[in-house]
Amino acid sequence: MKLLTKLAVAAGLATALSTSTMAAGLVVGFSQIGSESGWRAAETSVTKQEAEKRGIDLKFADAQQKQENQIKAIRGFIAQGVQAILVAPVVATGWDDVLGEAKEASIPVVLLDRGIDGPEDLYLTSVASDQVHEGAVAGKWLIDTVGDKPCNIVELEGTVGSSPAINRKKGFDDAVAAVPTLKIIRSQTGDFTRAKGKEVMEGFIKAENGGANICAVYAHNDDMMVGAIQAMKDAGLKPGKDILTVSIDAVPDIFAAIAAGEANATVELTPNMAGPAFDALDAYLKDGTVPQKFIITESKLFTAADDPQGEYDRRKGLGY
Amino acid sequence: MKGFPLSRLVNPQLIALIGVLALNWLLFPGFFRVTWQDGRLFGSVIDVLNRGAPVAILAIGMTAVIATKGVDLSVGAVMAVSGAVAATLVVSGYPMPVAVAAALAVGLLCGIWNGILVALLDIQPIIATLVLMVAGRGIAQLITEGSIVTFNDPALVFIGTGSLLGMPMPVVIAAALLVLVTLGVRRTAIGLFIEAVGVNRSAATLAGIKSRVLLMMVYALSGLCAAIAGIIVAADIRGADANNSGLWLELDAILAVVIGGTSLLGGRFSIPMSVLGALIIQAMNTGILVSGFPPEFNLVVKAGMIIAILLIQSPLAAALAARLGRRRRAEK
Repeated sequence: MKLLTKLAVAAGLATALSTSTMAAGLVVGFSQIGSESGWRAAETSVTKQEAEKRGIDLKFADAQQKQENQIKAIRGFIAQGVQAILVAPVVATGWDDVLGEAKEASIPVVLLDRGIDGPEDLYLTSVASDQVHEGAVAGKWLIDTVGDKPCNIVELEGTVGSSPAINRKKGFDDAVAAVPTLKIIRSQTGDFTRAKGKEVMEGFIKAENGGANICAVYAHNDDMMVGAIQAMKDAGLKPGKDILTVSIDAVPDIFAAIAAGEANATVELTPNMAGPAFDALDAYLKDGTVPQKFIITESKLFTAADDPQGEYDRRKGLGY
Repeated sequence: MKGFPLSRLVNPQLIALIGVLALNWLLFPGFFRVTWQDGRLFGSVIDVLNRGAPVAILAIGMTAVIATKGVDLSVGAVMAVSGAVAATLVVSGYPMPVAVAAALAVGLLCGIWNGILVALLDIQPIIATLVLMVAGRGIAQLITEGSIVTFNDPALVFIGTGSLLGMPMPVVIAAALLVLVTLGVRRTAIGLFIEAVGVNRSAATLAGIKSRVLLMMVYALSGLCAAIAGIIVAADIRGADANNSGLWLELDAILAVVIGGTSLLGGRFSIPMSVLGALIIQAMNTGILVSGFPPEFNLVVKAGMIIAILLIQSPLAAALAARLGRRRRAEK
């Protein structure tokens, strides 16, 4: 008897949950890759904040960098009968089966931040940044800042062969190539880390006449730039003045550097991928509005004019 | 080779280092220019020493471990742990000496853990240290809560970027450690014991060497060296980066030991030669940075050079050189 009543209560709860299609009370599963970088941690906390703001019940699953954990989590979400699933896929392939199951259960799936190789009808939409555009925004800032003065640029690339490194390089290099007075004189990989960014910049400074030949540094992420800034300071140069800096990501520490006058600009890779995803889901679940297949987040430029200290304080608690 | 004092000086490692440095000089003529700036030496050669210091320090501990026929894969992860400990403590307001002492103690503890697995539980070193290699980075991430813990404590930063008598602190620390450990193993019988255990542990034990205590000691030394390297790397970037600090450096350290001529099968070892090996590796890295090659070539260039260096040291090369020498003598 006891078991039966429990089952009845559970069934009642399930119907109550499935009938409420308003955003408030929505149950959404979120399969996150893990926390391999500060940005990823920030994405997780912003997603939780956005869900709370909308009264969404977010079921969070950390995959610890393993696809099989993500597949398990998604199957779990389907079994729990969530109304929508967010996935930040750890790899691009191998999603056809599990996302097919979600489709059969009529649960819309939204991809966050990374895409997959597979039929587009497996997911409702994907929310991601345009990495080529990020590089282009950084390039445009530099072009606007130096004007028609000649400028030798050194570039700190991300991990060789990784897609952000390829795309951010392409966007920036193409933008800069259009201006004959700007020249990229050196380009090396700093593996997206502070330590390597510092080491590579040290090498560049030695190789370019103590840094006197360098007019600007472009780094594919802020962490490498933080390292490069230290290398410039150690060499007796004034980063932000002697050498202009522009990088991508908008992590708190680069805002601290901008506030201190040691960095010039950063292009934001917003950790708020969930906001647009929830908006699209809301519209879809309410009246079946199908969103565009690829939602591109804004690549906003921040400089000293954009209250860097305030941005630092706002971002510090996000887990970057 | 016997009774040929010059052959002790003209060894393949020194030839390799000079070769790599000469190549760097050809690619970048300013390579050997050293200037005095802000009270310290400044130049590419100094960069080689400075950037090579962490791997050199790892190689000091790694040499002792490898000489006992072991290997320590956990040093990279231990670096991340010790850096995380030092940074978190300093950020929580503890003074630098406390933070550094705690970080060193944690490294020592990690080494003793490896020693227990290897010496007491008789687990093969490659597996025993793999445990901490995998788990250590996770522990470091737990300590830093997944983010890069940044600090500005001037005393701690000094360890990474300060200088003593014009030399960067990491170089001073590495040099002091090199002298200390080399004297420690060569002026006492410990070095001989290490070699004996490496050649044949049972025989060494039967001969009266406390091989368990000795193994614990070398792994503890390796853990301590890793902790020192971890503190230096964290102090250098003013932050503990649990994801990337010391990543894959265990392999560089092993390579440095091998280039230095210590056999992975244990036995005869030389700590100064391992440090030289670390400098050869760093000279290559710095050379690639200043040469202006596209980054896609980095690893290919490095691999090619390492193969060349190992070939110079191989028995085949020695045999060839001997035959050439004989022929020349015969011609005379």
